[in-house]
Amino acid sequence: MWMGLSYVCWGIAAVLAAWMLYDWFKVDTTYSEAVLTSSREGELEAVSEKHRI
Amino acid sequence: MTAAVETGLTTTIHGDRVSLLRVLGPAHVWALGVGIVLVGEFTGWNFAADKGGALAALIVCWIVGLLYTSVAMIDSEVTSTVAAAGGQYAQAKHIVGPLMAFNVALFLVFAYTMLEVSDAILLGDTIVAKAGVEGLTHNSFIAATIVVLAWLNYRGVLMTLNVNFVITAIAYISIVILFFSVSPWTQGAVLKLNELVTPGNSLPYGWIGVIAAFQFGIWYYLGIEGTTQAAEEVRSPARSLPYGTMAGMITLLIAAAMTWYVCASLMPWEYLGITYYPLWDAGKLTGSPLLENLLFIATLLAALASANGCINDAARAWFSLGRDRYLPSWFSAVHPRYRTPYRSILFLLPIALAFAFIADLNQAITFSILSGVLQYTFMSINIMMFRKKWPLGSIRRGYTHPFHPLPAIVLFCLCMVTFFAIFLGFGSQLIAMTIFYFLISLWFHFYRYKFVRRGDQFSMPWPKPQGY
Repeated sequence: MWMGLSYVCWGIAAVLAAWMLYDWFKVDTTYSEAVLTSSREGELEAVSEKHRI
Repeated sequence: MTAAVETGLTTTIHGDRVSLLRVLGPAHVWALGVGIVLVGEFTGWNFAADKGGALAALIVCWIVGLLYTSVAMIDSEVTSTVAAAGGQYAQAKHIVGPLMAFNVALFLVFAYTMLEVSDAILLGDTIVAKAGVEGLTHNSFIAATIVVLAWLNYRGVLMTLNVNFVITAIAYISIVILFFSVSPWTQGAVLKLNELVTPGNSLPYGWIGVIAAFQFGIWYYLGIEGTTQAAEEVRSPARSLPYGTMAGMITLLIAAAMTWYVCASLMPWEYLGITYYPLWDAGKLTGSPLLENLLFIATLLAALASANGCINDAARAWFSLGRDRYLPSWFSAVHPRYRTPYRSILFLLPIALAFAFIADLNQAITFSILSGVLQYTFMSINIMMFRKKWPLGSIRRGYTHPFHPLPAIVLFCLCMVTFFAIFLGFGSQLIAMTIFYFLISLWFHFYRYKFVRRGDQFSMPWPKPQGY
């Protein structure tokens, strides 16, 4: 059982790492660098936040 | 970008900037701080008993508790005023200067990444110890721990810290259950403190053993200051950060006292000082399979919660360095959908994996403790400068810590004692790290600082400091 769990762990790690790399590529090719790095320190945006997921 | 942008990610961005989300409350701050620290009760603190005996482990529990209470009070005051990701880095930048800030950020990244590595190794080793299967190694469990938690952090801070709250609470409650299961009010039935800790063996190496025990006494509370990294993501920094941090510190003081009492009453100091699983062993020694399994699971959950919080904090410190161009601004990207510093999370992921596969637990722990103590030393100087440059009444503070400058002086003195204790045990690592920070400071001063937009980095709307 423990050896099986070990293989499952390798599998989960590989799948999630691949997903993150895919998402990273997709985001970086969809948005401009200016948008992605537009965060500024200490900004309060909660009041006007209209972010929708 | 002022117009809404529709993409294949079904994300809409309004306004000019993509920033971290302000979605956290005091409970998340508590979960971040206590989550990082609580693993220290499950392993780490007990090595203090090896250095100086069971009583030394208790003495440092209280004295180092004083150190961290000072840290929590000082941190709460400054962070309730400097509410920015990066925590102590942002504090140092505004109060001391860029070179100090750069070093503090590196202290943070090293302390949290090495702690994450230690947590992952502990989790892997615990599973291997439980399994007892020949040929089973910890590598797969380490990889899964680091990658799954990085993925969780990548997907959003709210879910990350909700998970941390639940698993930290379960791990904490397991300590409470263990404590009340062994009839702590009765000696002799299960607990045998008066037989195991006697005047003859309580301090086997005398008071120098107590000093040496400081090195591992740090583990009772190491990382509570990590709450400040959430400053830019809490809804009300001035309220949530002091409340979450102080509540976390009180929680930890209670957990530390219960842990010492149960473990020192069940195990001789010679064994307590060398085991990697003091609470799990305590569960076994009660003879209850239920408690044994509960403490096994709690050890895993505590390691997970700690690694989770460490990924959160290290990524935000690295992200802040990029945002101020102390490092390439590429690192300051925020995910437009999940609102997390995704490039910093991904950049630190293989570094943590590499260290987890090649470093041993003792080395990783030592580098984490060293970076942590360097940071606390900075905090004692930082608060003195903060109060001098911006005295009470000159700027609005969310929290004002009492008895200033006593906590700062206590903190500085205890840091010096801890440095001495580390020097006794790991002198070469202490010297190596000092040389590393000196060389990296030269690099920053003579090369990197020319890329920094000097006016942009100071974001707090404060009046000029006194004497400016």
